Amino acid sequence: MLNIGLSEFQRLFRTPLAWVLLALVQLILAYLFLVQVENYISTIQPQIIANQAPYGVTDLVLTQLFTYAGLLMLAIMPLLTMRSFAEERQNQTLTLLRAAPISATQIVLGKYLALELLVLVLISMISLMPLSLLLGTSLDIGQLLSAILGLFLLLSSFAAAGLFLSSLTKQTMMAALLGFAFLLILGLLYFAGTRAEQPSDLLLYLSHFGHYQSFLSGIINSTDVIYYLLFITVFLVLTIRKLDNERLG
Amino acid sequence: MQASTLLIKASNLQRFYGSNAAVKGVDLELKAGEVLGLLGPNGAGKSTILQMLAGTLASHAGTIRIGDIDLKEHPLEARRQIGYLPETPPLYRDMTIREYLVFCGKLHGMKGKTLTDAVGLAIDNCELGRLQKRLIANLSKGYQQRTGIAQAILHRPPLIILDEPTVGLDPLQLEQIRGLIRELGKEHGIILSTHILQEVDAVCERVQIINHGETVLNESLESLRARGQSLENFFNQQLTSKPETNHA
Repeated sequence: MLNIGLSEFQRLFRTPLAWVLLALVQLILAYLFLVQVENYISTIQPQIIANQAPYGVTDLVLTQLFTYAGLLMLAIMPLLTMRSFAEERQNQTLTLLRAAPISATQIVLGKYLALELLVLVLISMISLMPLSLLLGTSLDIGQLLSAILGLFLLLSSFAAAGLFLSSLTKQTMMAALLGFAFLLILGLLYFAGTRAEQPSDLLLYLSHFGHYQSFLSGIINSTDVIYYLLFITVFLVLTIRKLDNERLG
Repeated sequence: MQASTLLIKASNLQRFYGSNAAVKGVDLELKAGEVLGLLGPNGAGKSTILQMLAGTLASHAGTIRIGDIDLKEHPLEARRQIGYLPETPPLYRDMTIREYLVFCGKLHGMKGKTLTDAVGLAIDNCELGRLQKRLIANLSKGYQQRTGIAQAILHRPPLIILDEPTVGLDPLQLEQIRGLIRELGKEHGIILSTHILQEVDAVCERVQIINHGETVLNESLESLRARGQSLENFFNQQLTSKPETNHA
């Protein structure tokens, strides 16, 4: 399992895809981050000082940055997860794993491990941006850690869903498309659930972002953590089942 | 013959694709140190049979025992005994030969010196030494095929299953690989599929001819020769005669 995970992780970085995506994410988020900081210094800070408001740079800049990160990854994660099984199937290398003395569970967990490592790389790169503010000001580190945990769980759940969708098809593009559509629908549920008229708690509960928001404001709620863990488990189990079923055909 | 010396004992294998029966009730046995050729025209069900034996495809009926292990009951233990080269070699194109073989070795739970030695030996066996640091994507078809074979024999399994191992090789490589198979066949049980008659003649001790998912001949080459029956005649007869009992 470790073997598959590490090897997969290594191979991910042999393709330009991972590098390009990492660079793009960093570029876009850095720009948004700069805009936020600029905005904060020029317009928000004077207001806060004038009103004695109980907010700080962590609340405003950090929350914004991590919200954008979550939204952006909605589009990026499917591109990173699409290869997992779809490409193996396309190149007929899945046979190698299936003929080896390892179980479907080990294969799936190995693949998932590779994605999780990638998620960690992504998050550490994103987190460097708010951390750089430490040079000039003080941050609410607790809230930052909570946001990082939230982003980690959010992206892990994206990865699990993407992994499953990738196991369904032979074409990587199809896997990416399915992943994007699925995550987008879950994202839309959040907007549907927070409509001004008829807000729906159920839709909010089902959506990713409903659970993500509280992490950003520094609240680690066990309900939210369990939501993500359940979500991840369900999709991993589905993937394992899918692989097992294929043998039966 | 005792049951324990049998490497494979498969009986009444059946496999359907939809309502179309690809394999209908094939029995197959293999002893250690024997090279069995699975011969048949395209679409006869050879690959399906091999996939079932390798454990990558479940049979719809019938039992398979690898040594003393039931493939269905203990798939992991059984698969440890098998080296399998599918029809398309399962190669990761963005790895070098050596990296790829190391990865395969780890899949089979090898590590440390055992792993390094096994990889070195497999590379020597398949004469890949010069190219071991090349990316698989940049190799010719023949070398890719050899890498696939190296992968199958890497962990020195008692049972080696090769699905059309000599496709895409040039005549010189062909001879080398056949030599390798004969060499391996002294200690390992090998089952290979092919639609080339000469290949069976060159490397196999026993031939099992499959047509339309059924066994039409299962005999050692020696006894065939003793009967004065030429493999070629028999094969051509089988191919040209329409199967009367085709209830697919």
